Amino acid sequence: MSVAHHSNATPLIEVDHLAVSFTTPNGGVVEAVRDVSFKLHKGKTLGIVGESGSGKSQTALSIMGLLPPNGFVNGSARYDGRDLLGMPAAELNRIRGDRVAMIFQDPMTALNPFLTIERQMTEVLQLHRKMSRKQAFERAVQMCEAVRIADARRRIKMYPHEFSGGMLQRVMIAMALLCEPDVLIADEPTTALDVTVQAQIIELLRDLQRDLGTAIILITHDMGVVASLCDDVMVMYGGRTMEYGSAQQIFEQPTHPYTIGLLDALPHLDDDCDTPLRAIAGNPPSGGAAVPGCAFAPRCTQAQAHCGEVRPELLAFNRADETLRLRACHVPIIELQSATRVGSAV
Amino acid sequence: MNTSIAPAAQAPASTSSRLAPLLQVDNLKVHFPVPNSRLPFAGKRMLHAVDGVSFEVRPGETLGIVGESGCGKSTLSRALIGLNTPTSGSISWRGREIDTQGRRDPKLSKSMQMIFQNPIASLDPRLTIERVVAEPLTTHFPGLGATEVRQRVLRILERMGLSQAHLQRYPHEFSGGQCQRIGIARALISEPELVICDEPVSALDVSIQAQIVNLLKDLQRETGLAMIFVAHDLAVVKYISHRVLVMYLGRVMEMADKHVLYGSPHHPYTRALLAAVPRPDPATQRQARAVLGGDLPSPLALPSGCVFRTRCAHADAACAQQRPALERMDDGAAVACIHPQFARAEATSA
Repeated sequence: MSVAHHSNATPLIEVDHLAVSFTTPNGGVVEAVRDVSFKLHKGKTLGIVGESGSGKSQTALSIMGLLPPNGFVNGSARYDGRDLLGMPAAELNRIRGDRVAMIFQDPMTALNPFLTIERQMTEVLQLHRKMSRKQAFERAVQMCEAVRIADARRRIKMYPHEFSGGMLQRVMIAMALLCEPDVLIADEPTTALDVTVQAQIIELLRDLQRDLGTAIILITHDMGVVASLCDDVMVMYGGRTMEYGSAQQIFEQPTHPYTIGLLDALPHLDDDCDTPLRAIAGNPPSGGAAVPGCAFAPRCTQAQAHCGEVRPELLAFNRADETLRLRACHVPIIELQSATRVGSAV
Repeated sequence: MNTSIAPAAQAPASTSSRLAPLLQVDNLKVHFPVPNSRLPFAGKRMLHAVDGVSFEVRPGETLGIVGESGCGKSTLSRALIGLNTPTSGSISWRGREIDTQGRRDPKLSKSMQMIFQNPIASLDPRLTIERVVAEPLTTHFPGLGATEVRQRVLRILERMGLSQAHLQRYPHEFSGGQCQRIGIARALISEPELVICDEPVSALDVSIQAQIVNLLKDLQRETGLAMIFVAHDLAVVKYISHRVLVMYLGRVMEMADKHVLYGSPHHPYTRALLAAVPRPDPATQRQARAVLGGDLPSPLALPSGCVFRTRCAHADAACAQQRPALERMDDGAAVACIHPQFARAEATSA
């Protein structure tokens, strides 16, 4: 199951059969991510969507080499042809923060409360770019202005607690973009923010991508944010890829019961809102014991007898004129279309 | 201005408007004193968390309260239930004013219950689910026998989709969605007439969020419960509410029937808030939208006049002069803006 992409250029990030597991104190093993593969090209945005526990954040952390000591990773993740997973820490540190940068979910806890914003930003430049303190300061101010922090020259001398959540998220983005990375991994960059601030941050990411050609991996559970930013979308559930395709295909013609359920469960602002929401029954898997079949089978309305026992392969099914599409489901698309309202949702 | 409201959509609001209000809030203010850190002897400054909010809730209706973080929606709901002491203003229950400064009448907590934002943190980790859910019942109905209590607990848990097997378990054994169901069971077991829900679904996954929203709507249909639904997610609020109140920096910006508010918002802030919600549709989301600039001003130093004027595209000198009062429009919406026609002009040109 290798992901053959339509483009011939070497991808910036190539993840192949990635698996992440954790050992628990009582000797058990939790498999958080299983068999995840994707490619990311320059200037593109890949959205990784899923509910809590779907493995989307662990995928990002394992690429960045940020798993805790009890976390183990298998498979391969390459940046520009170089294997990130087997790389010595010193070499990885030259890539992390410089060529591949990450924006963390919670800006309040990801920044050091004891250091000024200036100190935290200039550190990156002094380390990676060997800039002088003064040069680094000017560059940091410039970047803060680029993310539209008003009065940057004064505010950069402040401590994290003196900023609002939206402002701190901008600081995080500015910090991640200081070395003009090729790849930006954004883990729920707008989840902690209000809608008006979220809209500002989305605009900002879109502008920066246009100006700098940064490739973005956007991890989120918010389908609205995905629709706003992503070219390709990977839907994850229970640590596995359920469906992969372009954003337009995923939203207009979802082919996996989980994607369909996720889109149906969303409250739409433009509906009349008098009909009940179509919830997905049951609870997300809590990790732990690996199920033999499809992880979504216990909650799937279309599940057949063998879905719980035989795992569906992630297979390409696109027509020649389409970009790459993958799905992992036993139920044929024809049957799904007659059983659900695929396509009619939009 | 707007007369094209579907008659069916108005039906629930008009039937309940014949009934006397359950809860009436008049000019409620909650201010917190904040010590001045730079000048220790300069006296305390006041943080105006809720600054003159008035509304009423009728039996069987849901009032949605939306706003960004820091707008005072949680402080307001906590003041209603008695967890914060209001600075001034009045709260009346069935026409009788509640003593907001002293101890609450315990009978009131039987009729008014709350569902909290964090489903796991709001359950006592040392109590079994049976004890958590039974507590309001044993408090408000001390005469009930043990078997009767157990039966009622079981009945409500089954209604929430849980079973007898769950009774002796502890909160940490449940997922977030299940904990929220337990929180709802605890709130509803004393058969309250009003439930205040403070961000009840914002900590939950989308698929679970839909389950809880549907459950709350079903329960309202079955029992005629009134709800105050506080949330920052405008789409969820639209699904569950009959009327919606929009707050900004402790004040009411707009209050209207949900079809009016979402269909033709009057206040520039309501419009900005609705425009900012990302729609799950890649085709429309790629165009640049009108994004509300700037940050929320500090609640310690509120702008003069209209608090929204610092971020409003239509603000002029007059907006800084006087605080706009809530005024009723032709379509029933109450709007606090001295230039509501600007927002409407923007709506028709768009």
